[in-house]
Amino acid sequence: MSLIYLDNNATTKVDPQVLAAMMPYLQDEYANPSSIYDFAKRSNQAVKEARGVLKDFFNAENEKEIIFTSCGSESANMAVRGVLNMNKNKRHIITTKVEHPCVLNLYQALEKEGYKVDYIGVNSNGELDLEELYEKINSDTAIVSVMYANNETGVIFPIEKIAEIIKSKNKETKFFVDAVQVSGKLPINVQAIGADLVGISGHKFHAPKGIGALYVNSKTLIKPLIIGGHQERGKRAGTENVPYIVGMAKAAELAVDHLKYEATEVKRLRDKLESNILKNVYNARLNAGVINRVPNTTNIGFEYIEGELILLHLSDLGICASSGSACTSGSLEPSHVLRAMNVPFTAIHGSIRFSLSKFTTEKEIDYVCEKMPGIIEKLTNLSPFQDELEALRKLRS
Amino acid sequence: MWDYSDKVIDHYRNPRNVGKIDNADAVGLAGSLACGDQLKIYLKIENNIVTDAKFQTFGCGSAVASSSILTEMIIGKSVDEVKKITNQDIADQLDGLPPEKMHCSVMGYEALEDALKNWDNYTDLDEIRNETPEKIVCTCFGVTENMIWDAIKTNGFKTVEEITEFTQAGGACGRCKSIIKDIIDTYYKKEAEETSLSPAQKILKINNIIENQISLELKKDGGDITLVDIDGNKVMVKLRGKCSGCKNSHLTLKAFVERTLKDAVDPNIEVIEV
Repeated sequence: MSLIYLDNNATTKVDPQVLAAMMPYLQDEYANPSSIYDFAKRSNQAVKEARGVLKDFFNAENEKEIIFTSCGSESANMAVRGVLNMNKNKRHIITTKVEHPCVLNLYQALEKEGYKVDYIGVNSNGELDLEELYEKINSDTAIVSVMYANNETGVIFPIEKIAEIIKSKNKETKFFVDAVQVSGKLPINVQAIGADLVGISGHKFHAPKGIGALYVNSKTLIKPLIIGGHQERGKRAGTENVPYIVGMAKAAELAVDHLKYEATEVKRLRDKLESNILKNVYNARLNAGVINRVPNTTNIGFEYIEGELILLHLSDLGICASSGSACTSGSLEPSHVLRAMNVPFTAIHGSIRFSLSKFTTEKEIDYVCEKMPGIIEKLTNLSPFQDELEALRKLRS
Repeated sequence: MWDYSDKVIDHYRNPRNVGKIDNADAVGLAGSLACGDQLKIYLKIENNIVTDAKFQTFGCGSAVASSSILTEMIIGKSVDEVKKITNQDIADQLDGLPPEKMHCSVMGYEALEDALKNWDNYTDLDEIRNETPEKIVCTCFGVTENMIWDAIKTNGFKTVEEITEFTQAGGACGRCKSIIKDIIDTYYKKEAEETSLSPAQKILKINNIIENQISLELKKDGGDITLVDIDGNKVMVKLRGKCSGCKNSHLTLKAFVERTLKDAVDPNIEVIEV
């Protein structure tokens, strides 16, 4: 049984070209980039070049605006705490109800530290309430933090418009964009979108885990989280993780080359999977609007069935997907994203996310399309809601 | 991923006794759609023996496995034997469940209890209740009232959040949060009652303070005091020696005697000279 990996929003396979680019820096080129001798020049140069690649990846104005971090969570923590610690007199933060848990948990911690945090809601298509956002911004608002696209549903937020709204109400308010879920899927152009800080994570676009980056525009001052050496222009101490920085730069180059492939071929396979399941499984519904989504993600709710059970049966066939359902996370709470979207209780516990990548093949998608109706039928027969299911079947046939 | 036993995996892959019994003698229900799991169990009971059992479950792998093995455990057993089954027995039969999944076995136990309650021939309901060793407050995590009570007593918790963090109770569907709040309130109400003094204890304490503290102080100035009577918060005393007839006796009474008793016994005490 071969592996069919459709959980690329959780993490991705390291591209062999990325690994090849990293290998010299894991073996012979181990010098500390800060050292003075000739041996260190190559690793120093490698980090410089990588910073240049990331500058282009973000379309930043200047290489100095790129800070290497260890992951997406660190990028978010550095951005938000960095801005707050620089503006001690401002105590108000705005974010959304559907942020990634790493960001939401940070805000909950800040609330305990005395900050006031407003959480903007979404409609049933997963779209942000921009009027509410406008209303909430005031003179005390230090930072607004919005994800570029949602990790569970793939819904893209209108970042450019949000930046305009923020700056029209309070020019001093900083705008942090968690772009972890769009990197490698959509072009990121920080100058066009008008964001002050943008965070990404390498392992979501075929670099290894343990490397991320934060764009901080030259007008935005932040206090560092990690104090120590002079690295990253004093913004993030710690000897540069040269092999991983090189790896992420290679992954960024490849990602830019593959953007068109994502928008066409990956999207085609995603749409095929999605329409097939929705057509052949009567108790399936799409969680999110059809348009304005990253090309690789679909989130489908199977009514009156529980998600973990679906994942376990998929896993038996070698298919990897994920669930916002209660039972997989350990917290037993259904997905906060789907709850914010008011997904009905009949479907919220049975919602499955499939996320594809450039490595996903047509054959794999065909196999999942073939197996899915049988699995759902088997599990539907277990459900105590047979009358409700029968009514649903009549309604949708 | 959960660390499921081979038995759990076998039972969710190949669940036994799935479906409904049309002319069931007893039907039991536990859980709800909103909570993310629900179990319906159907029993056929003849001559006090469970001759057939079927189930339908909306839930995760361990919920299906708990339901499936429960039907195997009860078929062929007498009602008396069946009613002795606990959620721990279900978990044990599955070679254990992850702690976060114990509520699945509780759901099996509850559905079974519900079915027996609904069984026409079964009248001895109190017996089931009495045999239930403890009242379960949080069905998701199987947390009992006594466990919550102990958590408050040992750690001095005052909020539902603290209880949830410590015991997990209320951390899943949240239905029991109001019950947890009630338990906290009851605990502190009871504690307050226990720490307040009975009338006899109060009299003893006041007498003790007057004899061992106040009287000794007054004797230093050649005076003295005796307790005459106590009526609720009114403390009647007689000043003696140099105190009696002293022009400052009123001050002594209010600023010293009454103050001391208010601080030590009850802020509502009033001292009256008789």
